[in-house]
Amino acid sequence: MEKNFNLEIISPESILLSEKVNSVTIPSFEGEMTILADHIPLITFLRPGITKVEGSKQSQFFVEEGTVEFSNNTLIILSSTITSLESIKNQNINKIIEESKSKLTQDNLSDKAKYIVSHKIDTLLKINQ
Amino acid sequence: MPSLDDLRKRISSVKSTQKITKAMKMVAAAKLRKAQEMAEKGRPYSDKMDLIIQNLSKAINDPSNAPKLLVGTGEDKTHLCVVMTADRGLCGGFNTNICKLAKKYFDEAIKSSKNLKIITVGTKGLDQLKRDYGQYIIKRINLKDKKKLSFLDAEEIGKQIVELFRNKEFDKCFIFYNKFKNVISQIPQQQQVIPAKVENKNKKNEEASSYEFEPEEDEILDDLLPKNISTQIFKAFLENSASEQGSRMTAMDNATRNAGDLVDKLTINYNRSRQAAITKELIEIISGAESL
Repeated sequence: MEKNFNLEIISPESILLSEKVNSVTIPSFEGEMTILADHIPLITFLRPGITKVEGSKQSQFFVEEGTVEFSNNTLIILSSTITSLESIKNQNINKIIEESKSKLTQDNLSDKAKYIVSHKIDTLLKINQ
Repeated sequence: MPSLDDLRKRISSVKSTQKITKAMKMVAAAKLRKAQEMAEKGRPYSDKMDLIIQNLSKAINDPSNAPKLLVGTGEDKTHLCVVMTADRGLCGGFNTNICKLAKKYFDEAIKSSKNLKIITVGTKGLDQLKRDYGQYIIKRINLKDKKKLSFLDAEEIGKQIVELFRNKEFDKCFIFYNKFKNVISQIPQQQQVIPAKVENKNKKNEEASSYEFEPEEDEILDDLLPKNISTQIFKAFLENSASEQGSRMTAMDNATRNAGDLVDKLTINYNRSRQAAITKELIEIISGAESL
């Protein structure tokens, strides 16, 4: 039997999810990573992307930023922009993409900001397919 | 002695005031429940954020290289104070209590010849502070048009503060707000947000250092600390709005009761005057009949 661990997804407004899961894939700032039970303690933060949760049922979330801590078999995801994939599909993704693209053309953008915005566009395009 | 007509008018006016305060109390009670719920839901986020920052800061061995937001600029010259008040009045001592605490601190800071910069959030605090401290106020943030405060509003303010800090406009930042204890008591609070206050708990030191950081600690902290400031401000928002409604509810409850007392008193007065008028008329009739 697969080992499971606790996952808590918390936004400033509420606790979105708190349950036992088998694996979580997060878009960490330096690349995607999958976390299983008994992972070593970890602190990292997120870039825009999709968080996949696999447990008794599967669910996916779109995040723009966030902070992640794993310790004692508890994974905590703190994010103020996390939304489930179903609810973002109902929003006007194309408009968000356009806005992000126009942001990308600004001159004064730092490399880090560019990196983040381009990932945001990629993810949204992927969702839109 | 006011005439019967005057008394009647006064009674009806007090009664309608009572109706208004009663309605305001009901509205405040409903809003309070919502605000309290929000405050409770927001708590885990800021708690966990604190925890992560604590773990991170333990891992930093060399404080001289640590982000300035965490350890401060090393100076203590300019203080930035963010005073958070409500946009509406009629809520008892709510706004005054925050301003009192803030003013006390301002006076101390001025006395010890520190530079003072003030940001006011909410119009009521601005009204109370601008007379004595108007020259120090650098920004006035008004959230009157916002129906519901979201995290984005807090983030906006947080970003402004961080930018001021990056431009070396101040060394320390405090926020003033009311902490919601229960419906009848709200405690005005002064909280330091920059540099971040980290409690030193040594016992778990070894465990903390075994964390894996990706990317480096500094980078994570760079990302996290501005967020933490927004979170603190958002928390203060939530506490403040719960406090405001609680304070208003108590104030309006008192006002309703006072109005009730006043109506009782006026009614007795009215009845007595009416009785006196009747008696007077009777005496006049009887003495008139007697003289015939």
